[in-house]
Amino acid sequence: MYNFDIAKPTTIADAVQALKADEAQPLSGGQTLIPTLKARLAMPSTLVSLHGIDEMKGVCNDDEGRLCIGGATTHATVMREAKDDYPGLASLAARIGDPAVRNRGTIGGSVANNDPSACYPAAVLGSGATVVTNTREIAADDYFKGMFETALEEGEIVTEVKFPIPQAAHYEKMIQPASRFPLVAVFVARFADGVRVAVTGASNNGVFRWSEAEAALSSNFSADAVAGLSVSGDEMISDLHGTGAYRAHLVGVMTKRAVAALA
Amino acid sequence: MPKDGGIGASSKRREDVRFLTGNGNYTDDMNLRGQAYVHFLRSDIAHGTLTSVNTEAAAKMPGVIQIFTGDDFEAVGGMPCGWQVTDKHGEAMQEPKHPVLAHGKVRHVGEPIAAVVAESLAQARDAAEAIEVDIAELPAVVNMKDAVKDGAPKVHDDLTSNLCYDWGFVEENKGAVDEAFEKAAHVTTLELTNNRLVANPMEPRVAIGDYNRSDGEHTLYTTSQNPHVIRLLMGAFVLGIPEHKLRVVAPDVGGGFGTKIFHYQEEAFCTFAAKAINRPVKWTSTRSEAFISDAHGRDHVTKIELALDADNNFTALRTDTYANMGAYLSTFAPSVPTWLHGTLMAGNYKTPLIYVNVKAVFTNTVPVDAYRGAGRPEATYQLERLVDKAAHELGVDPIKLRRQNFITQFPYATPVAVEYDTGDYVATMDKLEEMADLAGFAARRKESESRGKLRGFGVNCYIEACGIAPSNLVGQLGARAGLYESATVRVNATGGLVVMTGSHSHGQGHETSFAQVVAEMIGIDESMVDIVHGDTSKVPMGMGTYGSRSIAVGGSAMVRATEKIIAKAKKIASHLLEASEGDIELKDGAFSVAGTDKSVAWGDVTLAAYVPHNYPLDDIEPGLEETAFYDPSNFTYPSGAYACEVELDPETGQVTIERFSAADDFGNIINPMIVTGQVHGGLAQGIGQALLENCAYDEDGQLLSASYMDYAMPRASDLPMYDVDHSCQTPCTHNPLGVKGCGEAGAIGSPPSVVNAVLDAMRSGGHDVGHIDMPVSPSRVWSAMHG
Repeated sequence: MYNFDIAKPTTIADAVQALKADEAQPLSGGQTLIPTLKARLAMPSTLVSLHGIDEMKGVCNDDEGRLCIGGATTHATVMREAKDDYPGLASLAARIGDPAVRNRGTIGGSVANNDPSACYPAAVLGSGATVVTNTREIAADDYFKGMFETALEEGEIVTEVKFPIPQAAHYEKMIQPASRFPLVAVFVARFADGVRVAVTGASNNGVFRWSEAEAALSSNFSADAVAGLSVSGDEMISDLHGTGAYRAHLVGVMTKRAVAALA
Repeated sequence: MPKDGGIGASSKRREDVRFLTGNGNYTDDMNLRGQAYVHFLRSDIAHGTLTSVNTEAAAKMPGVIQIFTGDDFEAVGGMPCGWQVTDKHGEAMQEPKHPVLAHGKVRHVGEPIAAVVAESLAQARDAAEAIEVDIAELPAVVNMKDAVKDGAPKVHDDLTSNLCYDWGFVEENKGAVDEAFEKAAHVTTLELTNNRLVANPMEPRVAIGDYNRSDGEHTLYTTSQNPHVIRLLMGAFVLGIPEHKLRVVAPDVGGGFGTKIFHYQEEAFCTFAAKAINRPVKWTSTRSEAFISDAHGRDHVTKIELALDADNNFTALRTDTYANMGAYLSTFAPSVPTWLHGTLMAGNYKTPLIYVNVKAVFTNTVPVDAYRGAGRPEATYQLERLVDKAAHELGVDPIKLRRQNFITQFPYATPVAVEYDTGDYVATMDKLEEMADLAGFAARRKESESRGKLRGFGVNCYIEACGIAPSNLVGQLGARAGLYESATVRVNATGGLVVMTGSHSHGQGHETSFAQVVAEMIGIDESMVDIVHGDTSKVPMGMGTYGSRSIAVGGSAMVRATEKIIAKAKKIASHLLEASEGDIELKDGAFSVAGTDKSVAWGDVTLAAYVPHNYPLDDIEPGLEETAFYDPSNFTYPSGAYACEVELDPETGQVTIERFSAADDFGNIINPMIVTGQVHGGLAQGIGQALLENCAYDEDGQLLSASYMDYAMPRASDLPMYDVDHSCQTPCTHNPLGVKGCGEAGAIGSPPSVVNAVLDAMRSGGHDVGHIDMPVSPSRVWSAMHG
């Protein structure tokens, strides 16, 4: 780690102000950033901790019936507090990493980082959630821009994520055996007006919606409806843990299983 | 009834009190007054010419005390290799120079180029980033078969090629073996890879060098399995420090698994630098450094063939193995694919003719050396996979084929130069069949299939060779060390005693089980016996702990020393009891005169030894302290049979282990609980190798699995509840305890049954793929079934 200053704002406004410093970087749960710093792969001048900002914490419902989760809310909190309103999301949170990760890692950090193998982006995109920042609201479909890329501007903070609550949702995950991140995982959410299917872990372009499966499931919500569908392996991640073709195959299997779990 | 103390009792591990309460004393817990810190700048290029290392700017950085490069070590010896293998033509192996810090060239990612010693670790790291290193990159050789081709880039320019040695064993048998293959009714051939592994002990390596200018004494605190071996190698061959001026301490060590046997550059550096700057110098490996600087394990590529006659009797075995040495010869690397591997190729079978060929190859990768099992897992894996393949080709039951070819008469001289003293392979297989509930397998398979899963059953046997010995034989085989063990038993005046053993405990529980042995021999409570190890200033010259040798060799030395103690104590007791020495009996901690009620307690005798007022001073010296060195006459040969049952998800390729049964014959057992724990740990590592662990390089020599993000360690959830039994006991015939050793068995015995079970599951789903390489990851299984 290199030396850095730390700012501990207690309001979003103060955090935004602190991030204006040259080479300042926000620190949420630190589950990616701290290992990066320890490996000396980043050299921020100031870390702006979002940990002490109470207005960014917690789970609640808004007037539109959406489940609103503060950006600095930990996975463990979501696991507990979203259980009744949105069990599919709570179950996803309960299966991120291990207890240590879940007690430090936050939804805002995960969504801002947009690791191509992270769990939360699948739920955000699969639910058609809205990512709220200190300046605006961004629809999930406009937010994820590729591997580690998002619509966030410099200094913009994810303060909240608003999830429309589907009739039913399930997250089916096949883990990479070393990191235990998703090798391929699929979030299927069934709404009154259609089905959304979001895939993480698989693509070189990060989380994506599998529109062909969405169309098939929207007209016939059954595992059979997706049995004959497949995605191409061309754009899929190929590494020590699986070829693109294997990941493409798993997209189909995980989708089918997610649907079967809901049927 | 289980015993409540002494040999055979499951005494609780006394060392766990300090380990579990945070009171252990590991090397990194130690901080010496005035200590400086070293950070090693390591090569991120696998192969290149080191054209310049400019430390000028770095040396001016805050806190920097001194920066060392390869030039500083030109007058110092290189890292020694402790075993010289002679090739099939009678020539010595090619042995490259191994500098403490890279000089002239870098040969693997992770090789240290410069060492920055500074007031703080952060300052050392900052300065290391300011060192300007210029490396002219050369093509790397990673694949062993490419490395031995004509014209391949040479790892060492001064060697004739990348071939370290071409070993034939037994060379004189080759003709007869080939002839037997010509006549065979059936030949089964298998090509396989034994995957490279990273040992990953929980505690990374640490070294602290210290130098006392007033008396010229060096001390090295280090994470070692064998402090005396380090003292000898580093003192005599690297730094030229006489042994009486060098103390090596290996305090609590958090796991070794072989990778802490070897003498490493960082140890030599810290010892050297402490004198150079006249301050203690400390190095603590990061986990990332461990991946690229701890010796790796395994990494064999093998073609193996079995010849059978028309009645399915094994008639000959032939192997052709490429063994990766990495860029340099680690301390015992040459011995692993030869004398610890070739000698085990008979396995549990009476195959009359065997020929083993091993080509050891230099590549631009981290050096490879012994890792839990060392050579024996490689031997077991290829043989037990091959026998399974033969059974399926011939359409016979794999267990039946094994039983038919078992060695049943002991002692048995194998065609690969070793003599098994005892064993009962039928008994362990019988026990295994009972444990594994073979009869219920069909129903379990059906149940799995009802859920869309495949179920497979796999079995294997293993033979292990522990306590490699005797010294005069291993000397002929190329060892540059003796392989005895030592113990000093020091009895105190009031009857308590301390055993100073040359063995080293780094998780095995020696402090408990060794005390049980001595307590049993004297008939006193275990709490009266303390075990001291790990400090060359305290214990007699010992060879340390590896190769499951501690109880068989170290325990035997302790028995011999205790026998001397008892013999002397009897003389003292006979004087006190005014009886003839031959009539004195020792039982339950008291000496009595046979046939009388006259007795004297252990404590009275020990007190007399140190307060010799009433004492046979004319006949014997006062005091009660004895030392013994024990050099075994043979290896010990634990053996066993293992069974694995897996469930396979044909859609994802995911394999889960549903049952694992292990029937081992370790001879006599000192502490059944500790033995069970050793088997559990070994199984975790063997299953880890079979299912998860994969140390992979790309073609440029970059380590792809360089962290836990990509190197998959087994976790509790990956492992089943083991069913472990060691009730089959054929005691070793040539050591006083009749013990054989149990530390490596699990790691040796488990990989083949896992892979055999996976292949069985795949066959049941209509996919007879013949072989699949470890680790049997979901992606590999799926590709094998659908690729």
